[in-house]
Amino acid sequence: MRDLIAEALRGQKAGYIEVHIEEAEATHIRFRGHELEEVGRSRVRGGNVRALVGGGWGFVSFNDVEQLRRHVEQAVQQAALVVREPVTLAPAPVVQDVVGAQAPKDIRRESLDHKVGLLQEYNELLWASAPLQTTTVRYGDSVRRTIFADSEGSFVEQEHLDLSAVFVAVARKNGDVEQAFLSVGSKGDLSVLDGRQADIAAAARRAVDLLSAQRIQGGTYTVLVDPRLAGVFVHEAFGHLSEADHVYENPRLREIMVLGRRFGKPFLNIVDNATLPGRRGSYAYDAEGVPAAKTFLIREGELVGRLHSRETAAKMGEALTGNARAINYRFPPIVRMSNTYIEPGETTFDQMLSGIDQGIYVKDSFGGQTSMEMFTFSATEAFVIRGGKLAEPLRGVNLSGNVFQTLANIEAIGNDLEWSEGGGCGKGGQSPLPVSTGSPHLLIRDVVIGGK
Amino acid sequence: MQSFAEQVLELASRSAAWAEVYAVTEEQTPVSFEANRLRTIETKEVRGVALRVVVDGQIGFASSSRLDDPRTLVEDAVATARFGARSLMDYPTELVPEAPLELYDDDVVALSADEMVQMGQKMVDRVRRRGQDILCDADVRKEVVSVSVMNSSGGGGSYRLTVVSAGLHANRVRGTDILDVYESASSCHLKTLNINTVMGAVGGKLDLAEEVVPIRTANLPVIFTPKGVAMTLLNPFQAALNGKLVQQGASPFAGHLGEAMFDPSFCLYDDGRVPNVPSSAPCDGEGVPTQRTALIEDGRVNAFYYDLQTAGLAGTKSTGNGERSLGSMPTAAIHALRIKPGKVSYQDMLADMEEGLVVDQTMGADMGNILAGEFSGNVHLGFRVEGGRLVGRVKDTMVSGNVFRALGQIGAIGDRAYWVGGVFEVPYLYFPALSVSTRG
Repeated sequence: MRDLIAEALRGQKAGYIEVHIEEAEATHIRFRGHELEEVGRSRVRGGNVRALVGGGWGFVSFNDVEQLRRHVEQAVQQAALVVREPVTLAPAPVVQDVVGAQAPKDIRRESLDHKVGLLQEYNELLWASAPLQTTTVRYGDSVRRTIFADSEGSFVEQEHLDLSAVFVAVARKNGDVEQAFLSVGSKGDLSVLDGRQADIAAAARRAVDLLSAQRIQGGTYTVLVDPRLAGVFVHEAFGHLSEADHVYENPRLREIMVLGRRFGKPFLNIVDNATLPGRRGSYAYDAEGVPAAKTFLIREGELVGRLHSRETAAKMGEALTGNARAINYRFPPIVRMSNTYIEPGETTFDQMLSGIDQGIYVKDSFGGQTSMEMFTFSATEAFVIRGGKLAEPLRGVNLSGNVFQTLANIEAIGNDLEWSEGGGCGKGGQSPLPVSTGSPHLLIRDVVIGGK
Repeated sequence: MQSFAEQVLELASRSAAWAEVYAVTEEQTPVSFEANRLRTIETKEVRGVALRVVVDGQIGFASSSRLDDPRTLVEDAVATARFGARSLMDYPTELVPEAPLELYDDDVVALSADEMVQMGQKMVDRVRRRGQDILCDADVRKEVVSVSVMNSSGGGGSYRLTVVSAGLHANRVRGTDILDVYESASSCHLKTLNINTVMGAVGGKLDLAEEVVPIRTANLPVIFTPKGVAMTLLNPFQAALNGKLVQQGASPFAGHLGEAMFDPSFCLYDDGRVPNVPSSAPCDGEGVPTQRTALIEDGRVNAFYYDLQTAGLAGTKSTGNGERSLGSMPTAAIHALRIKPGKVSYQDMLADMEEGLVVDQTMGADMGNILAGEFSGNVHLGFRVEGGRLVGRVKDTMVSGNVFRALGQIGAIGDRAYWVGGVFEVPYLYFPALSVSTRG
């Protein structure tokens, strides 16, 4: 492959060219109701070329890797059609490396029989734990071997393992339907599914309990946010805004996102860190061959950093962070988060709860979305807080807010950082990218909640 | 590709009682503008084969992009069949003719990157004229797709499809107020792609959004634009009318076939046979002819949509909704949802509104309990109405409700339907009272 790539890059007229080659194998399993609905395997081999000529990018993705030189030529030709001022890339070290992947209970060592058996057991446990209407269990794992090579001489071979599973319980009473779920993920380590009996049973019971929960009155509330939902919050509400590709060509956004701007109280610290061992969003090198890093985004309430590709780092005159990622060979690298979290503070959960006279406790999330300024996410579970104590359950709680106001309205940060590994992030048509989110409990005032 | 597919089918038929090969080749060419300027020209080629087999009555599946190795593909599929579901499929036995749906246009194939750049530039230039503080992203894209499906019972079909699409996104930042307006259009034919409509809609909404105005937390009359309908209200229907979810009892419509559950003026169709629409096809991904299915007729739940296996489970026939991607088995999915237009013009809806909200773009509305029909989303682009006139854009606002209940007492259905994203053809919808929540 080295020779094929070297041959394809020889004599091309471009400022920069990179090649990605990928081979991937994936397994997916799906139960619905009591039935095993689908088991499948897929194999993919493909690659892409990205070329920079002056200020224009050309990109070609393909399955016929053998035709690499032709694809490189096409990418260079396309880039040359784009006329604009030159783009410079932030200098990155030339890297030659091979990075293998392994997991304690490696998905490659475990048989399909074992995986199917384990999921079936958990599916039946859902059924046994509560009177459900139906269940869904979705599981997927993948092994990707990637090669990154560029015209500057870098050549990085990496192996990536991934696993995700979601267990869904659906309960129904007359015309009313509710669902609850458990989602887990890992870097290809099947032991993430060990000993999940209590979590699975709790999800089943939650679906049934939701049927008798009250609906919330729409309005503005003080909310106590559990670590799982708070993780989605930090990813959606702030993480995307810190991706430099949203900002670097927008002068007014650059003014808003100027380093040093105060976003929160002095106890707020937000970090993206792709170097954490075993986290689902971790990697050794990003899709531009840049080493992964730990990046403070907010430190003591002030904006101190953002996430970069080589292009955005050069344009903004900031340090490389190694956050150019692509979901697979069909897409060019774009700026993405890895493992994004709020650092723990000092307040205990009980201290936060007891200080709330009237509010809502929201837990876990079906998902979230952002438009940079505004964000929204849905809680899977919620409770009224009255007189400092948890009271009756609620359902249908969707929260929305304005990032600038909401970060400033974080009144307290818990001491109980917890990670979620089940998430997949979407951006620019590339979804789901493995990421992790983490946070302690948060106390936020003035959050808009939609309701009846 | 065709000969590889035939080779796989032949090989699979030796070790499986039934086999089906689905093969795709696709070339996409997007050109992208970022911050008012051309940035990237791309070409994405995809090819691959998916194989479904039935061995000892059980279904197995595998897919591959490797055209040099039919044997591993067959072995993978056969190996998974041991675990797979019992086949209840009524195997297609006839070849579906490539119907005259006008899905292919040589002009799209011939469209050059240069011409696409010019189209994008025109859109960007037109809209950025409205203000120095406007930044436009745009993309113009063409796709040339070839699909074939064939099974060992002699059934199947094949077709070619071209798609040309244009999207425009305008961004305006004032202080920490960020405004995003986006529109897109797509078509199988170059002639019928109207970028003027895209530019006009984006420009018009930028003008309407000049002023930010407050709104109050209350139950208010709400008009959803066609885009607002598509983004906010249709996902619950896609879920609840899915034959699979009905068969599992997870749909609130299960057991209610034939019952009147909505306003009698509400009719909803799935249509896989609209000429010149990218979601159309002569056959679905299982070689079953596509059709127009009246899902909700005069407010009654009239039908659900099915793929082959789900239809077998439910004891009915496939509605030609076996949609698929290369990586997994077919699942029941809609082609294009169409709501039958009503009698009231958008202008008359507005005129009827003393105080209310027009919702055009929402965010996160489908992240709650959509199975039950619930929606609750941030109003990403919406306008306050006073005395029948749009007076400005609202912010920090959510709109919530239950679409199944709201459509029981609909205020009015617009007199014209518009295509949104090539997948929905829907009119304006007017609801007399929905929950609107805002800051303060």
